[in-house]
Amino acid sequence: MDKMLEIRWHGRGGQGVKTASLLLAEAAFVAGKSIQGFPEYGPERMGAPVTAYNRISDNPITIHSNIYEPDLVAVADATLIGTVDVTAGLKKENPIIVNTDEDPKVIKEKLGFEGPVYTVDANSISVEALGKVFPNVPMMAAVVKVSGLMSYEEFYSLMEKQFQKKFATKQNVIAGNLKALEKAFKEVKSSEEV
Amino acid sequence: MKKYDEVTINPNTGWKSMTEAGKMYARGNSESFLTGDWRTMTPVWDSTKCIHCLQCWAICPDMSIEVEGGKLTGFDYDHCKGCGMCSKECPVGAIKME
Amino acid sequence: MTGKQQKVSLSGNEAIATAMRQINPDVVAAYPITPSTEVPQYFSAFVANGQVDTDFVTVESEHSAMSATIGASAAGVRAMTATSANGLAYMWEVVYIAASMRLPIVMPVVNRALSGPLNIHCDHSDSMGAKDAGWIQLFSEDNQEVYDNIIQALRIAEHPDVSLPVMVMQDGFVTSHGLADMTILSDEDVKAFVGEKDYTGGLLDVDNPVSMGLMDLQPYYIKHKRQQVQAMENAKKVILDIAKEYEELTGRKYSYFEEYKMEDAEAAILVLNSTAGTAKYVVDLLREQGKKVGLIKLRLFRPFPGQELAQAIKKVKALAVMDRIDTFSTWGGPVFTEVRNACYGQVKDTEIVNYIYGLGGKDTDANDILSVYQDLMKIVETGKVDCYYQYLGIEE
Repeated sequence: MDKMLEIRWHGRGGQGVKTASLLLAEAAFVAGKSIQGFPEYGPERMGAPVTAYNRISDNPITIHSNIYEPDLVAVADATLIGTVDVTAGLKKENPIIVNTDEDPKVIKEKLGFEGPVYTVDANSISVEALGKVFPNVPMMAAVVKVSGLMSYEEFYSLMEKQFQKKFATKQNVIAGNLKALEKAFKEVKSSEEV
Repeated sequence: MKKYDEVTINPNTGWKSMTEAGKMYARGNSESFLTGDWRTMTPVWDSTKCIHCLQCWAICPDMSIEVEGGKLTGFDYDHCKGCGMCSKECPVGAIKME
Repeated sequence: MTGKQQKVSLSGNEAIATAMRQINPDVVAAYPITPSTEVPQYFSAFVANGQVDTDFVTVESEHSAMSATIGASAAGVRAMTATSANGLAYMWEVVYIAASMRLPIVMPVVNRALSGPLNIHCDHSDSMGAKDAGWIQLFSEDNQEVYDNIIQALRIAEHPDVSLPVMVMQDGFVTSHGLADMTILSDEDVKAFVGEKDYTGGLLDVDNPVSMGLMDLQPYYIKHKRQQVQAMENAKKVILDIAKEYEELTGRKYSYFEEYKMEDAEAAILVLNSTAGTAKYVVDLLREQGKKVGLIKLRLFRPFPGQELAQAIKKVKALAVMDRIDTFSTWGGPVFTEVRNACYGQVKDTEIVNYIYGLGGKDTDANDILSVYQDLMKIVETGKVDCYYQYLGIEE
């Protein structure tokens, strides 16, 4: 990793987008990276659009500002498309990941974005694995895969340790989260695939 | 921390010699602050009427009723502010404010 | 480095609460206010879990929080609180009492705008408003620094040559709510570094009776103020001594201010808190292009290290002082006016200009900082200054 990775998350209040950015930061931290994970605090309420950010680097990070030209955008709620300018500042060589059951080519058209569009059905995956709509772990898996931040094996093993720590008394939650993570990693689709 | 047990501070004391933050380390020093000159009315004792019940002693806010061996002997006029509470409390009219 | 250290990822508020847990103060009295609310929140969890021995006093206002902290500190024990913005304003009269009673209280202040219009985001109007209250003021670039500053602040405050309260600042939300990697000391090392509180001389020291907070009339009051400024003067040496000791423990260097790539710099920015980090990033970018730029990050605002700053500023041809608060004097922000004052008669060949930035949390990014350096490089080139005092990055 020569360069700092800057990620912007979009979601709605209550969906766990801030948590997703913190979880990803934590995972990268455990992998030995310098990290930042922070939300943009606005007048957010349940359902209102929210933004969160990550910076991840092999070198110390000193910059303290929001991210205007992200290397990757993750959208936890596809209904934001058309309401929030989710591709703002995103260069066409940089990817955007959207939580949706629709085809990435359809989303690409909706976004009117020239660059690569990835999709993952994080809602269905989390319902299947955890019994609830809790899209942040599958979204995180998609972000790790698309960004190439670390290998699947490394990611899986360190998240397993994180979940063990966090949910020590809830073995079914650990198993469910790991299942969601595994499935999301496999099922990420790209608009560039033939 | 410096100890200032014996330091007496007056308006000419230099800032280096004064206690930090104006802390007061000496004990019982209110005795050296004479409040007798605040007095406009003075309590006068009539020993012939006095029954030595010591209610004046109990009520005095400035500990200015002098007592020896359980008997009233007079007033501490250096500290008595002349509030008249002793006179008001006296059940036999032995203290008059003049 | 002699200390046992551990890499962790914490938010700025978690970093403060962690330092407080390791210090294990006798009393914490606090009232929640955004964005410092998490500090007493995390700390009260430490109290509930038995991780500290602290008496946690829940009060009904910040005025009471500071009053209870003053009472505890006057009693002779180690007492802390935390606040932001309007909370600090509500403490106002007792903030001065804490300093004039010479009580070694340490208070994290998570910087937030003093409304109005109503705003809960970062600027420095809260702590700059309290700059003349007699407290030592330390500013922190990031989560690491706020942690390090809190631990050092305790030693500075309690040093017998100082005996003054200390405010430790960090930027609200920007660092207080941002998760970042940092390094903390072991609990044992912090315990050993801060040492045991000397309880003698307090109100509860029954063997040495003392009266505090007495009436202080005309012949005396000014002399006690003279003592306070002497304590501030003494603090300068103490701050460096403690920084050195802390560096031996952690390997992390602290002083009155940090000079970043200033050796041959012609243009420099002087700024406090998190924006200094963004400026470092921009300095690195410009250095790659061969531009001679540097940065002065001020850590200590009270006492003000004027003499030392003037020596550092002398090296550059143009300096931009950035203030995250305005004084409405129409003559510049508080850091600017103090810096120019310090340079009077000392610095002759440096143009010093002022930018007011980031009020009410307005994001200040690398491009904003870049525009300041570009203005400065133009001043260096032409020797001309268009404007000495301006607002950064706002639409007209």
